[in-house]
Amino acid sequence: MISIAGKLKSGMMVAVLWVFSRPVFAVVFDLREGVTNMSQRIQALHHLSLGICVVIGAIVFGVMFYSMFAHRRSRHPKPADFHENTLVEVAWTTIPIVILVGMAIPATTTLIDIEDNSDADLTILITASQWKWHYQYVEADIGYYSNMTTPTAQINNLEPKGEHYLLEVDNPLVLPTRKKVRFLTTSNDVIHSWWVPDFAVKQDAVPGYINEAWTRVDVPGLYRGQCTELCGKDHAYMPIVVDVKPEAEFDEWIEEQRLARELASGQAVADRNKEWAFEELMQIGEQVFLSHCATCHEPTGLGQGVTYPALAGGEIPTGPLAVHIDRVMNGKAGTEMQAWAPQLSDRELAAVITYERNAWGNATADVIQPRTVYAAR
Amino acid sequence: MVTRAEDVTPQRYPLREFLSRWLLTTNHKEIGTLYLWLSFTLFFIAGAMAMVIRLELFQPGIQFAEPLFYNQMVTMHGLLMVFGVVMPGFVGLANWQIPLMIGAPDMALPRLNNFSFWILPFAFGLLISTLFMEGGAPNFGWTFYAPLSTTYGPPSTDFFILGVHMMGISSVLGAINIIVTIFNLRTPGMTLMKMPLFVWTWLITAFLLIMVMPVLAGVVTMMLTDRHFGTSFFSAAGGGDPVMFQHIFWFFGHPEVYILILPGFGIASQIIPTFSRKKLFGYHSMVYATIAIALLSFVVWGHHMFTTGMPVVGELFFMYATMLIAVPTGVKVFNWVATMWRGSITFETPMLFAIGFVILFTIGGFSGLMLALVPADFQYHDTFFVVAHFHYVLYPGAIFGTMAAVYYWIPKWTGHMYDERLGKIHFWTAIIAVNLTFFPMHFTGLAGMPRRIVDYSLQFADFNMVSSIGAGLLGMTQVLFLYIVIKTIRGGDPASTRVWEGADGLEWTVPSPAPHHTFETPPPFPPIMDKDEGTPLNE
Repeated sequence: MISIAGKLKSGMMVAVLWVFSRPVFAVVFDLREGVTNMSQRIQALHHLSLGICVVIGAIVFGVMFYSMFAHRRSRHPKPADFHENTLVEVAWTTIPIVILVGMAIPATTTLIDIEDNSDADLTILITASQWKWHYQYVEADIGYYSNMTTPTAQINNLEPKGEHYLLEVDNPLVLPTRKKVRFLTTSNDVIHSWWVPDFAVKQDAVPGYINEAWTRVDVPGLYRGQCTELCGKDHAYMPIVVDVKPEAEFDEWIEEQRLARELASGQAVADRNKEWAFEELMQIGEQVFLSHCATCHEPTGLGQGVTYPALAGGEIPTGPLAVHIDRVMNGKAGTEMQAWAPQLSDRELAAVITYERNAWGNATADVIQPRTVYAAR
Repeated sequence: MVTRAEDVTPQRYPLREFLSRWLLTTNHKEIGTLYLWLSFTLFFIAGAMAMVIRLELFQPGIQFAEPLFYNQMVTMHGLLMVFGVVMPGFVGLANWQIPLMIGAPDMALPRLNNFSFWILPFAFGLLISTLFMEGGAPNFGWTFYAPLSTTYGPPSTDFFILGVHMMGISSVLGAINIIVTIFNLRTPGMTLMKMPLFVWTWLITAFLLIMVMPVLAGVVTMMLTDRHFGTSFFSAAGGGDPVMFQHIFWFFGHPEVYILILPGFGIASQIIPTFSRKKLFGYHSMVYATIAIALLSFVVWGHHMFTTGMPVVGELFFMYATMLIAVPTGVKVFNWVATMWRGSITFETPMLFAIGFVILFTIGGFSGLMLALVPADFQYHDTFFVVAHFHYVLYPGAIFGTMAAVYYWIPKWTGHMYDERLGKIHFWTAIIAVNLTFFPMHFTGLAGMPRRIVDYSLQFADFNMVSSIGAGLLGMTQVLFLYIVIKTIRGGDPASTRVWEGADGLEWTVPSPAPHHTFETPPPFPPIMDKDEGTPLNE
């Protein structure tokens, strides 16, 4: 018997050790360590407070379970009749205060360091809107939107889900290593919150106000996060991807972006000068519609109730053209219909408006050229 | 055959009698019953919404609930559980028990009592009806942060605002009634420091309600004027501030979470001494700790807002104040353990639920302490770690507390003992299911899963599946509870006057079931307990 019990015991020990030594354990059960000094200090603070709680819990629950066992009526038929003890009561009031002070000190020093936003090498203005992020490199004057790229088919379980399901974007935020990066967050509509767990940066984006946070990453790589403040329908579909590059690569990337911007403006001029065919615009328009508009107005154009009106046979896509262009470019204040003029090129806007006026039985036969949109800017 | 007058059945109108009895009643026991059934009904409605949430989160991808509908479920589940289940449940217990425990014939203001109750079905009818409106129900979370709830709220938001006003009026009137009853109708000899702990905790809760429900009414009124009358309290475009909404809301909201738990503390403080057959340890420190918690609850609201861009001094103040709450809360837990220490303990269902309450509430308290540390909160905030935290304090806290109270007092209410075997099955399935549902949420939160999302990335899939299985079990076990309650009302072993061998207090001196009118003359205090009475207890 003893040897079987002994074997069982050692077998269990091995199993427990194995489980705890798996790298998966740390990933699955623990707060992420992250890659910044702050995320690691926060993890240490988490371990400290968790450890204290576990020890106190073990003592309190241990006493409780012992009492439940030893002082149950069958073993302890006659209850004692004490109901006060000044010494004990003073002790269990003062000892917790001492423990709390022990926790408050590292928390305070860490917090003061976290809130030191001074002397940043680089500033990024993060502007949230439903349901995407815009990153503006303040010094380099480069800015772009970052949208989720997970296909609708994966979300609706029609295709197998990819490795980075819901955590993949078209344009990640690119940061250099070994630089103090300051983030300024704000919002165009409701409150969002920008969170990258591996940096331990979580800062609300409040419309009309600007908040500050910072990070300094030493390890290049791709880091993923999400919006963490309920911001409406597609709150779950607002991922963040940060691509941290070594400094030299980062500088190259900035140069590329500058070039790309010039190319894009050249392209815009070419788009304006070209006379676009109806089929061409419809084809581009469908792509733009599916990636930007269909989440609310549905791929069928039927919308979702009063909140997201139907476009098929809708008042605006079948009404005066100028009103339609204005609505797409400037949005509708106080609703989730946002201004698309800053987000899409003239060609894309022209195409999507053409598409909306001619798809799903909307037979206006209007063809909108990029220069019309340019003129409306 | 001789027919006597009393043998002739007069013409009866059962529906009219039923309605006039329950609509017009001013009896504290009947109103208590009404409150408890309302709470129980909404518990199943809000619970069904939780089932929709867990069903959707069972696997990644969209299966059952579109995002917009999912957000409505999250919002309505929270609102109904907080305002429709926990609060009316505790008020129902207060109505039944406070007059019985202080030796009063009824509540001090019986008609007001009737009015406080009958506002509620209309308030919740209004709130639930929004689900069927164009644009759907409120979808901005139970915390209804501006501007998501103002500028961007669905049309039904105005019905939500009216509903909140009605609940608020009901709560304030109920609280006034409880305070007046406790201050004026105690039997001679029962000084404040001799009141049962359940009465004490409710007295403090009632004061909290009077202080903060008007603040909630204020914030929803500001929302209403922002939505319709051109003000800009919460809109930066007009000079307002969306974060000010959060300050006002949480100034209500944090005392509110103590409103949801203090009566539970009182219940545990009644039950644990009874089944330990030993007086409550540290009665005075229990009272002072409750008062300390209530006072501190007014200066900690900022800990819900650490990521909103609060200045570092503000963060430090709210962190220290929040950590301080651990001290009186710890005192209460230690007192409960010391009450059990060297008692003579038996484990009937009320005691099991009370012990489950103490242990799991303490775990929720620990995660609360961890959340108070600002740097760590930057990682925990708005993740499933928070969801795990507040469900640990609310489910095993407020809900288990209420269930413990129902098992404890239902023999007095109905005159029947509940089925002990079924009660134990209920407890064990509930405690397993609660942990299965909510414990894994700590891990998904720490791994980085934000709360209130309809869909999640693959790394969180395993634990979400476990949570959903637990939630299904938890839902089913509450159907068993409903069955036990109905079975007890309809029959069962007759309950004695004292019901429990170790019970002490005035409520155990009236017959079981408690007659329609009790304590028409003030009873003697301390109560004369029948030492030989009480159902024999199993080990």
